[in-house]
Amino acid sequence: MGKDAVTTLGQGGMAPSPARQRVGFLYGSLRVWRRNMESWRKFYKSSLVGALGEPILSLLAIGYGLGKFVDLAGVSYAEFLAPGILASAAMNAASFEATYGSFTRMTEQKTYDAILATPIGIREIVAGDALWAASKATLSGTAVLLVAAAAGLVRSPWAAVLPAVALLVGLVFGAMGLVVSSRARAYDFFTYYFTLVITVMYLFAGVFFPLASLPGWAQAVAWAMPLTHAVAIVRACITGEIGPVALVHLGVLLAVLVLAYAAAVRWVGRRLVA
Amino acid sequence: MLHPIVEAVGLRKRYGESEVVCGVDFAVGARECFGLLGPNGAGKTTTIRMITCFSPPSGGTLRVLGLPVSAANHRTIKAGLGLAPQEENLDPDLSVEKNLLVYGSYFGLGGGELRQRVADLLTFAQLTDRAGSRIDTLSGGMKRRLILARALINRPALLVLDEPTTGLDPQARHLVWDRLRELKRGGVAMLLTTHYMEEAAQLCDRLVIMDHGRIIAEGTPAALIERHVGREVVEVFAGGDADRRERIRALCASFGGRVESVGDAVVLYLDGAVDAGSALAALAGEEFVHRRATLEDVFLTLTGRELRE
Repeated sequence: MGKDAVTTLGQGGMAPSPARQRVGFLYGSLRVWRRNMESWRKFYKSSLVGALGEPILSLLAIGYGLGKFVDLAGVSYAEFLAPGILASAAMNAASFEATYGSFTRMTEQKTYDAILATPIGIREIVAGDALWAASKATLSGTAVLLVAAAAGLVRSPWAAVLPAVALLVGLVFGAMGLVVSSRARAYDFFTYYFTLVITVMYLFAGVFFPLASLPGWAQAVAWAMPLTHAVAIVRACITGEIGPVALVHLGVLLAVLVLAYAAAVRWVGRRLVA
Repeated sequence: MLHPIVEAVGLRKRYGESEVVCGVDFAVGARECFGLLGPNGAGKTTTIRMITCFSPPSGGTLRVLGLPVSAANHRTIKAGLGLAPQEENLDPDLSVEKNLLVYGSYFGLGGGELRQRVADLLTFAQLTDRAGSRIDTLSGGMKRRLILARALINRPALLVLDEPTTGLDPQARHLVWDRLRELKRGGVAMLLTTHYMEEAAQLCDRLVIMDHGRIIAEGTPAALIERHVGREVVEVFAGGDADRRERIRALCASFGGRVESVGDAVVLYLDGAVDAGSALAALAGEEFVHRRATLEDVFLTLTGRELRE
């Protein structure tokens, strides 16, 4: 190699060297997503066992084990449980990635700082990380779907859209996790989020029992939680009992996504650019 | 200066009540290596952060690559900058080669052109045989060279180096200097901060010394030495005897030049006012070192000898 190969500048002196590809929002976000993919390829085996094993074991053990003792007027407990396990698997996968994973990239590894020295900005970093969290959610949700289908728990062709629903649920919880990461001082902070927010949703969003069995005020609280709407959409797609109300659930999830994304961009920006 | 690459006029940065950069003026020209020196807390890193779009200025004007540093221009400015930051932020999840490939993709580069560029940069950084290594297996010097290679991936019009050799052993440091001199010969403009005066003297065409957010001196290394400390310095050692030190100090002061006590030693600056021959003859019985003045003497003269922590 001649030194010229390394040191030659674009002619014109002042002009920044023209990049081959214009680095816009979509391109930049996908570059960030791709960076995470490249790093995940090294650990994918252990990561897959964790992401897929837990929801599938829950579905089988609780659905068929505990399910024997549950009477739900005509529906088997495993059938009732499958949509909730699918939605919460997507929630958990995205939430872990966007907290522990993104926080590590933002602080310890300074990955965000390194990226910010390039044409890629805060909006693309947040979008790329949320999309990465959503990709893991899609993987987990789809695995649960395949197990549920194999066990004969899926009743409707609408189930074919569930990977896309898992992606949306992943974007919502990915963006929410990034908001939490942007405000976290240390890893301990995530314990509060998982105990007080994620676990509460997991237990009271209609995953394990019908919301109708809760008192009225508790049902109102439950409908304020994004997971409740996610479970409702997934259930409608699996049973085929899908109606216009699904659009309301979809609208709630999209609204939470937009708000969480805007907050994450603002606060991650405040943390890194000052 | 015609078409400076960086031009700061009255540049300020305030965090709440405290102002860390208090109105600095400087310009970096094409093909120039410009040094930003100063003790800890002088405002060097904040100035670098403003130039690299990590910190919006609170006042004054700042143009980089001909463009005002504003949110609308960040993307264009960053596309033409190469930043080698003070803190190591290589991607620990990726190999040496992947670090460069992925970083190139952030600039919109790809395909055969990027692969060729990465191969050239690995050669330049003498890391070709470590292309597949994990980052945590590299030595400090290798990491520094990889950071430098990464900063060059987009053929930047300005290379920003924030303390490029801090923490390196002499061998590793000289290798980095060698690489930087090669870049200089190739015409890459550089903005460098450093604590090492020898580094600044070796690399910088021109430099400023900052302290408490202000520029307190500016010029070429040789001119700064000539202007602030003269050509030569004599350090006389008192051997731990305070009375002897006072006697030496009085003797040195009698030569008419500037004299300074530093711990056990007395420093005499041989500027134009001093007859060097008779001064050295008078000190013949003492234990002393007679040496050329360095940029470090300038730095300590201007910023004092108190610790900055």
